[in-house]
Amino acid sequence: MSAVIDHHTDHAHGPAKGLMRWVLTTNHKDIGSMYLWFSFAMFLLGGTLAMVIRAELFQPGLQLVDPNFFNQMTTMHGLIMVFGAVMPAFVGLANWMVPLMIGAPDMALPRMNNFSFWLLPAAFGLLVSTLFMEGGAPNFGWTFYAPLSTTYGPQSTTFFIFAIHLAGISSIMGAINIIATILNMRAPGMTLMKMPMFAWTWLITAFLLIAVMPVLAGVVTMMLMDIHFGTSFFSAAGGGDPVLFQHVFWFFGHPEVYIMILPAFGAVSMIIPAFSRKPLFGYTSMVYATGAIAFLSFAVWAHHMFTVGIPLTGQLFFMYATMLIAVPTGVKVFNWATTMFRGSLSFEAPMLFAVAFVILFTIGGFSGLMLAIAPADYQYHDTYFVVAHFHYVLVPGAIFGIFASAYYWLPKWTGHMYDEVLAKTHFWMSFIGMNLAFFPMHFVGLAGMPRRIPDYNMMFANFNMVSSIGAFMFGATQLLFLYIVIKTIRGGKPAPAKPWDGAEGLEWTVPSPAPYHTFSTPPEVK
Amino acid sequence: MHDEGLSTGKLVKRLLLLVVGMFAFGFLLVPIYDVMCQAFGINGKTAGSAWQGSAQSVDLQREVRVQFLASNAEGMRWRFGPQDEEILMHPGETRTVHFLAHNPTDRVMVAQAIPSVAPSRAAAYFHKTECFCFTQQVLQPGESVEMPVRFIVDPALPKDVRRLTLAYTLFDVTERMAPSLGLTAMHSN
Repeated sequence: MSAVIDHHTDHAHGPAKGLMRWVLTTNHKDIGSMYLWFSFAMFLLGGTLAMVIRAELFQPGLQLVDPNFFNQMTTMHGLIMVFGAVMPAFVGLANWMVPLMIGAPDMALPRMNNFSFWLLPAAFGLLVSTLFMEGGAPNFGWTFYAPLSTTYGPQSTTFFIFAIHLAGISSIMGAINIIATILNMRAPGMTLMKMPMFAWTWLITAFLLIAVMPVLAGVVTMMLMDIHFGTSFFSAAGGGDPVLFQHVFWFFGHPEVYIMILPAFGAVSMIIPAFSRKPLFGYTSMVYATGAIAFLSFAVWAHHMFTVGIPLTGQLFFMYATMLIAVPTGVKVFNWATTMFRGSLSFEAPMLFAVAFVILFTIGGFSGLMLAIAPADYQYHDTYFVVAHFHYVLVPGAIFGIFASAYYWLPKWTGHMYDEVLAKTHFWMSFIGMNLAFFPMHFVGLAGMPRRIPDYNMMFANFNMVSSIGAFMFGATQLLFLYIVIKTIRGGKPAPAKPWDGAEGLEWTVPSPAPYHTFSTPPEVK
Repeated sequence: MHDEGLSTGKLVKRLLLLVVGMFAFGFLLVPIYDVMCQAFGINGKTAGSAWQGSAQSVDLQREVRVQFLASNAEGMRWRFGPQDEEILMHPGETRTVHFLAHNPTDRVMVAQAIPSVAPSRAAAYFHKTECFCFTQQVLQPGESVEMPVRFIVDPALPKDVRRLTLAYTLFDVTERMAPSLGLTAMHSN
């Protein structure tokens, strides 16, 4: 022990050198960067699997992969995108920005922060390794319904279960850290109702994570016990019920979709005012709307399972509860629109992504309302209409929110301005690619094309080809994003402390790039 | 840094408690689900043990058609079916129907029948006072058995339900039951 004390390092110095800096770091900026890079790597990997799916669906008939491998692709694409790309990206943004926004020197629990990040490579190493195992990777869809995943799952299901456990523990620790930081580390004068929206939406998201990730851990634990220890939670033969799985899973699964969108709401609520050069319209209502969405998310799970045989009263309850969510969401959309109304608008890349977010997320919201109508859902259930719906809320929702945030804060992270022309190219290619990919899915879905099937009727051929071309375009464009980020890190026009004239917040009071240690003495907030 | 509120240590402890609580809640959903299913007849689930209610007056004005279905789960090779495909009965009346099972294989097998009632909202009004589904069946190679189910349809059954289906799915639970095979063998005779 004495050796450690003797060689104590002065924290005023910059980061340590070499690889161990990243392994041992407790600095919120380092950890935030690692989260963001990790999630981007997962985004490219999950995207590659999506390219396999779209290549197979380019034409009717089976041409490239066999159906079992196709099922592995849809499953792994979903799992990697949800747990590996979107969630860690938001945790990364929170790590970087929440302490800067609330005037804290670091996260409240820096060592746990390091641990929660390093669990992720372990979790996804485990998950991705299943692709190379005998019997193949999980092939039962990202929702892993029993008994598909228990009685009929491949051998690798156990690895999948432990991967989910690790990723879940990581998310829970991240959430605890964010709550502790926001509740206990705010600068003097930074009251809760003065917090930037991103901090607010993350606070609520963190509570959602703490509430539902343990339930996910529970459901995979039950699966593990059914597979290996002879219990029958989900096996009718032993007195269990496969429908129970769906209830427990969606009790986690529905709040999970808000976990993936609320932080994006927060980021967009900061970016739109900055580029409208007006304060956010209806800040208080935004906070309460976020809370209302989070609260309602616990009472709507069965709308994912209208067709499993729920009593009529149950269907009505879940139908109306689901539609009720449109109210706070509508409050948000109108607030964003009103913020822009008569603002002094400019459309740099973050604003482009943010405006596309509002428009396209609303389209996804409307198809969600269509799906919420229980009698109509019998037609839409398990078709490409559902695929179109959730990709419209997740790609231009979560992913565009992340892109908007990345461009908005890249100058703060790197100290350089990104290349605006390239960034706008990235935006338009993504925008056109994603709409080409997902809009036709509405039509083929309404016409009855089932999801998760590698072949389809001839009549869907044209729309599917359009979808595939759009998907390839969207996928390839993300390499441009990688290039833009690397280019920005390596050089470019030096960024001032506050590169956006309309931006508000403490993060713009520190120089760009943000020094390794910021707010060692708390700022005064009036 | 803030003087109001909890210290970080206390806050983290409470949050961890919440995590543990929600993990437990996930498992608590299992009994909650069973209770809800029974209370509201969700999923066509019927009670797992004999109905203890008192005898009810027979509603002679009304007739309900009860149909019987039997099917085998994957991998189950028994011959299994009802003696009558359907019966007409009055609500409140007690009736018995027999199902036949035959084990054509050359090994001792254990089976578990899982009932389901359609329409599912009628499940809560379908009372079984005796059912082979309450226990497991053990059949020797080549053995056959006649299995009774005795039931009452509650007179409170919603008026618009004129037809009920009682469906059994027979599962092979030999492997699951192998260790306790000797103990459960008594039921088959």
